[in-house]
Formats: sequence, C-alpha cells, structure tokens
Amino acid sequence: MNPAVGRRKPGLTRRLVRLALILLALVFLLLFLVLPLAAVFVEAFRQGVEPYLESIRQPEALSAIRLTLLVAAIAVPLNVVFGVAAAWAMTRFEFRGKALLGALIDLPFSVSPVISGLVYVLLFGAQGWFGPWLEAHGVKIIFAVPGLVLATVFITLPFVARELIPLMQSQGSEEEQAARVLGASGWQMFFRVTLPNIRWALLYGVLLCNARAMGEFGAVSVVSGHIRGLTTTMPLEVEMRYNEYDYVGAFAVASLLALLALLTLGIKTLLEWRYGDELAAHAPGGH
Amino acid sequence: MRQRVLPGFGLSLGYALAYLGLIVLLPMAALAWKATGIGLGGMLHLLSAPRTLAALRLSVGGALVAALVNVVIGLLVGWVLVRYRFPGRRLFDALVDLPFALPTAVAGIALPTLYAPNGWLGRWLEPLGIKVAYTPLGVLVAMVFVGFPFVVRTLQPVLASLERDVEEAAQSLGARRWQTFFRVILPMLAPTLLTGFSLALARAVGEYGSVIFIAGNIPMHSEIAPLLIVQKLEQFDYAGAAALGVALLLLSFALLIVVALLQRWSSRWAEASR
Amino acid sequence: MRKLFPVLLAMMGVLLASVAMGKDITLLNVSYDPTRELYRQINTAFVAQWKAQHGDSVTVQMSHGGSGKQARSVVDGLPADVVTLALGYDIDALADHGLVAKNWQQRLPDNATPYTSTIVFLVRKGNPKGIKDWADLVKPGVQVVTPNPKSSGGARWNFLAAWGYALKQPAGNDDKAKAFVRELYKHVPVLDTGARGATNTFVQRGIGDVLIAWENEALLARQQLGKDKFEIVVPSITILAEPPVAVVDANADKHGTRAVAEAYVQFLYSPQGQEIAAKNYYRPRLADVAARYASQFPTTHTFTVDELFGGWRKAQARFFNDGGVFDQLGPGS
Repeated sequence: MNPAVGRRKPGLTRRLVRLALILLALVFLLLFLVLPLAAVFVEAFRQGVEPYLESIRQPEALSAIRLTLLVAAIAVPLNVVFGVAAAWAMTRFEFRGKALLGALIDLPFSVSPVISGLVYVLLFGAQGWFGPWLEAHGVKIIFAVPGLVLATVFITLPFVARELIPLMQSQGSEEEQAARVLGASGWQMFFRVTLPNIRWALLYGVLLCNARAMGEFGAVSVVSGHIRGLTTTMPLEVEMRYNEYDYVGAFAVASLLALLALLTLGIKTLLEWRYGDELAAHAPGGH
Repeated sequence: MRQRVLPGFGLSLGYALAYLGLIVLLPMAALAWKATGIGLGGMLHLLSAPRTLAALRLSVGGALVAALVNVVIGLLVGWVLVRYRFPGRRLFDALVDLPFALPTAVAGIALPTLYAPNGWLGRWLEPLGIKVAYTPLGVLVAMVFVGFPFVVRTLQPVLASLERDVEEAAQSLGARRWQTFFRVILPMLAPTLLTGFSLALARAVGEYGSVIFIAGNIPMHSEIAPLLIVQKLEQFDYAGAAALGVALLLLSFALLIVVALLQRWSSRWAEASR
Repeated sequence: MRKLFPVLLAMMGVLLASVAMGKDITLLNVSYDPTRELYRQINTAFVAQWKAQHGDSVTVQMSHGGSGKQARSVVDGLPADVVTLALGYDIDALADHGLVAKNWQQRLPDNATPYTSTIVFLVRKGNPKGIKDWADLVKPGVQVVTPNPKSSGGARWNFLAAWGYALKQPAGNDDKAKAFVRELYKHVPVLDTGARGATNTFVQRGIGDVLIAWENEALLARQQLGKDKFEIVVPSITILAEPPVAVVDANADKHGTRAVAEAYVQFLYSPQGQEIAAKNYYRPRLADVAARYASQFPTTHTFTVDELFGGWRKAQARFFNDGGVFDQLGPGS
C-alpha cells in the first residue's frame, strides 16, 4: 500500500479495508458454518415434510429424544456442582498442586472420544476391574443409563469449571470476605454473594455443557450397547438410521439435534443481548 | 492470611478431587494399566510401525495445521465481530459456537455432503484440481471445523478490552496501520491466540466422528490415529488400543506443554512491548 | 427446578416401566447393521407364533451396530440372549470368553447360518465400464469402493472373495492371489470404516465405478436409493457369505430364557423364517423357498471360508490381524 495515499485519504482506505475484512469473515462463516447446517436440513426434507414428520414420530426416535434429555439432565447438574466447587477451591485458596488440578480438569478435553468410552468399559465391563463385582451384585453400569451418564459427564466435565475459573479469578474475593466479616455464614455468603456474581457465567457454562452433552457420540457409542428404544441416544439413532440407508430418517433426527444446538445458541445470544456487559467482561476461554 | 477468612476449602477441594478421581483419574489409571499389557517391547514395536507413525503424523500434524489455520481465521472473524458493527452481526456471532454444539456424528455426515466431488462445494473445487473429501485435506477441513470456536471465543473478550488508546498512540507516533497491527496489537494478543491454539489443537488431535467420513482412510495416506485404535479393538486387542490411546494422549500433552511454555514466553514479550 | 423434578421422575418411570414390562419374557438380539427390517419382521412373526403356542408374550429387543463392535459389547457385558452377526470370527470371540459353547457352529444346521448371501458388484446404470467379473476390477481407470477389512467385518468377506477368485483361476496360487488383491486395493480411492459408509460413498457421493458389496445389501441399497440408477453384477465365482447366529449360553441361562432363545434361532430355519429372510434379500437355505425366489438370486459358483481358508480363526489370523496379509499390501510395506 502506498503510504502517501493512506495518509491523504485515511477514511477511504480504512473503509475499504473494513469492508474487505467483514466480507472475508462473512464468506468464511457462510461457507464453513451455515452451509453444513443447511445441508442437514436440506437432506432431512429431501422427500418432503411428510416423510420427515413420519420418521421423527417413530417410537425409537421419541425414546432417543427422551433418553438424550434424561442423560443431559443428570450429567449437567453433576458437572455444575463440580465446576462451582473446583472453581471455588482454585480461585479462593492457594495450595500446592493447583496447576496439576487445572490440568486434570482439562484432561477429558484432550482424550480421543474413541478412548473416553473405552475407559469405562475397562472399569465396569464384564472383563473390567469392577465388572465381576457389579455382575454379582446385579448392578448395571455399562450398556445402561449410568454408563451413558458417566461417559457424558467425562466429556463435558471441563466446561462449567473452565467458564467460572477466569471470572472468579478476575472478580476477586473482597465482597465475599466482607460478607464473612459482617457475620454471614458460609452458605449465606455463597448464595447471597458468590452465586449472584457468577450466575451468568454459570449459565453460559451450563449451556455449553448441555450442548455438548446432548451431541456426544463417540464415547457414548462405546458404552451404549445400541439397544433400540432403550439405550440409544439421538446421535446414536442418527448413526443407526444412516447405517440402514434411511437417510431421510438419519438427517431428520440430526436436524432435531441441530435445532437443539441452535436453541442453545439462541438462549445464549439472548442472554448476551440482555446482560451483554456483564457477560462480555468475563466471557469464556481465559487462561 | 485472607484464605482463612473464606470457608469451604476442605469441602470444595475435597469434593472436586473426589469427583475428578472417580470420573477422570480412575478410568485413566485403568487405561494406563491396560496399556502396560503389551509390555515395553510391544509398545516400541507398535509405535515404530510405519503405519502407526503415518497415522500419528496425520492426526497430530493435521491438528497443528488446523489449529494454525484457526488462529488466522479466528483472528479475522474475532476482529470483525468485535470491532465492526454491521447487520446480522449477532447472528453470525451466535453461529460461531455451532461446531461446538453440532454433534460430531452430524458434522461427520454433513461435511462429505459439501466436499465430496459431487457435493455442494466439491463440484466447484473439483474442476480447479482441488480434492477435499477423502484426502488429507478433508481431514484438515474437519479438524478446522471442530476447532473453530475456540480461537474466536478466547480472543473476543481480550480484543474487546484492548485499549484503543494504545493503537491511537502508536498511530500518532507515525506508525502505519499494519505496523500498529503487527508491532503493537499482535504481540498483545499472542498469549490469547496461543490459548485458542492449544484448545483447537487438543480438540482436533483425537477427533474421530466428524473426521472419519471425510477422510479416505487409506493406510499411510489418509488414516487417522483414532481409526487405528478402532482397528485394534476390532481384533479384540484392548491392550494395543489402550497403548495407542495413551501414546496419542501423551503426544498431545507434550504439545500442550510446549504451547504453554511459548505462552509464558510470549506474555513476557507482550508485557515488554507495552 | 421444582417443575423439572416430576418430569424427571416421569421419565425415569417410563424407563423403568419399559424394563419391567419385558419381565414377561424379554429377548435381546444383538445383530449387525443392516438387519433392522429383517428382524423387525422376524420378531413380529416369532412373537405371534410363541404366543399362539405357549401363551406368553415375548418382547424382542434389538441392538444394531458393526459386527465386531457388537461382539465386543457382548464380551464386555451387553446381556444378549441371541447374537446374529456378520461373520463366524465374531462369535468365536464370544466362545473364547466362555459366553457361547465352543461347538456353537455345529449345534445348528448349515454351519449355524440360517440364511446366506454372496459378494457381488454394484455398478452404475448401463455398466459404463463393462464390469463382468473380478478381473475387470483391476483394469486401468476402474475405481473400486470397498470398506477397510480391518475395521469392517463385512469387508473381510469382500477381501476373501477376491482372493478366492484369484486362487481358483487356472494356475492360481497364493502369490498370484496376493498380487491380484494388492492390485485390487490400489484401485480403491476410499476405504470406509464400514460397509454402509462404503455404500454411501458409492451411491450418494458418486465415488468409484463399482462397489463390492454383500448381495443383500446391494439389493437393499438399490431398492432404497434408486432402482434406475444401479445394476447388480454377479461375478463368475464368489464367496458364500455366511452370517451366523447363536444363542449366548451364559446369558440365556442366567436370564432363564434358553427355551425361547433356542426357539427363536430355530424359527429362522422354519419355512416362515426363511420366507422373511428371502424377502429381505438373504438367500434362504430351504430349497422350496429358494425356488420361489430364484429370479432374485442368480446362480453362481461359490466357495466357503471353511473350504478355502480353513475357517474364520485361521483366515482372521492370516489375513487381517496386525502384520497379516492385508497389512503387507499397503504402500508402506
């Protein structure tokens, strides 16, 4: 770029650069994000609305939806409690091995989904460490709802904690200390001071956790046993239909999952819109 | 000290540790224990096999390149979403999380629909001699897809809080815009970009569901490491599968440590350049 | 939260109820991927028959997935009463873990395979590349789609069919067979992980000139995905694909379902079961049912795994385990 031109007409160059950058970003987002989503819906409605509705009205689809919601409804609260506890310990106290604890929280993120289901089989499967004991006591974990929950909890474990830690770090603990000095009990302090302060980040974490929980495939596939109508979640139902050449059915269930994903994103955007400043100040990621 | 004022240390740490122990440590111990089943010799033999090396190269190399691509694109998208106001900005902003929320199985069957030679995009790329689906490039595309949200999402808050006066000061001192960008803004963003990089990397290394349909799965060419694990399982070779899983995990850990060191170094650099 | 709780309870209730209802008699049939329609019909017929004969109501639950993965799940504790898989090797694995009697293949007629299939070619309409037999697959410019035999049980039959063809040619021997199969896999642009993925690659993505597939899946795919777009070519000689069935002894005894489970697998051999198998594109064993569906199943010369390779254990170890023949074919070796 000619610097002389740049200096003489800063407004124009700047506007052009800005326009080019926006266009580039939008084209990328369209090609990369919108198109796959569109593909799912186009394939789902390929044969019209009636076959679409028909295929999601089947009892297997309904039970898959029910199971997916059930598993998420158990896994997400578990990880919320864990996330709050871990964030509290990590951000309010100094102790040895803190970095290690942080690394452990992130660990599930780096584990290949192929492995994350397998580990529970190694533990609770008939050939696993606790398999014979569980078998003798008639407890079912693998190939039943508890196994699905465990695998989902493992996959989604980091998200709530990861959301809360940077926020609580940056907020500091002055307000909480003040509450204590003024005589609040531990739980009073938690519910009146801490929770209100972190609620939006917490909700954000819950939404991410939930989105991932409903969509998890690899790990769940290993521990599910694929019993139709009983241990088959929506992503597994997608795969099974796909493997039966029922493409409309597969994409129809996939479109429901995509809708759930969009719903989650919608709620998130709504939150950001209404409480934009509060959230933007401590949005996710962090270090 | 102030730590004493706040309650719940024992409870919160104890609970967090017990939970992690049960959900993460115990299963990982089982994995490591199973992996020892093939012995040191078996491990060396497994890891030195050309097939294993090629698959690890594709998984790890692909994830590195994908994370790098995501840093560039993520910087662009993050910048545009934070700095510019345009119609539909919120919509696009919400869409950034889509790869995160979209189930991998769905992404896995949607991506080939787009990139196969007869796909929506593939039919335009094919005449140009660009083959995406069923090549290592397809693996890369899927990996970029799954890792995409992480760079944007880590970058956005930092970009928003980046003081404009730093840029303005630089410009008033006669720096050109691109100089300001490369000499002032980029160094300040470097630690954040590295965080996004490592998240995108970790996500992509072990990815299976969304990659497997678009990879050609040809041995030595477009076969990813998690697929080798699946093949081991197909022979009822749990120990071999566990060993490969541990190797993949250690490899991605080593990379993450390198990134963390880079990050430490770059944040000092960022401090210095302030 | 207060509103959510009853909903949760209700959902749990539904789950528990669905388990409890099965307390009458519940059978779990762990099967491989494309048998959904087959067993939907079999189950309806069997349940009606059992009800008429014994008065009990039976619920047959189904699990579908890749054959090897399904076998692994059963080994790891999936409580299958009956397995209906794609290859004997997977049931051998169950036998190795003490879940099925070692002689499972002798307990039922016909090698414990009530229905069979063969390996055929699916080509595009008009057969533009003129594919007639195995030798045409390695002509220059022909692209072949077949899944990876290391991750797909079904694909192992494809591999062995090609090997057997080359072996049975005049002056055929192991070296020539290996050379043929090596050349064949050089014509494969995509090695999908499973048979259905391969079909999808061929049919939906338009990759390749010929798909090597099980006859029943080729017929099913043609039926589902476009009768006017594909043709089936039956090669001069091919393998007899034998998807076996077995009662999982350990589980059936534990659940007290042995009688029903045995009746269930026997039902597959009955005229009614054979008819349903034939309708779902599997070749029936019963001669009179086969005669009625003769137009659907062209005659061809077949060989079996036992004849040519000495059974699945040997075939698996020689060809498909790590370091086996398939691994030696690749460019890296």
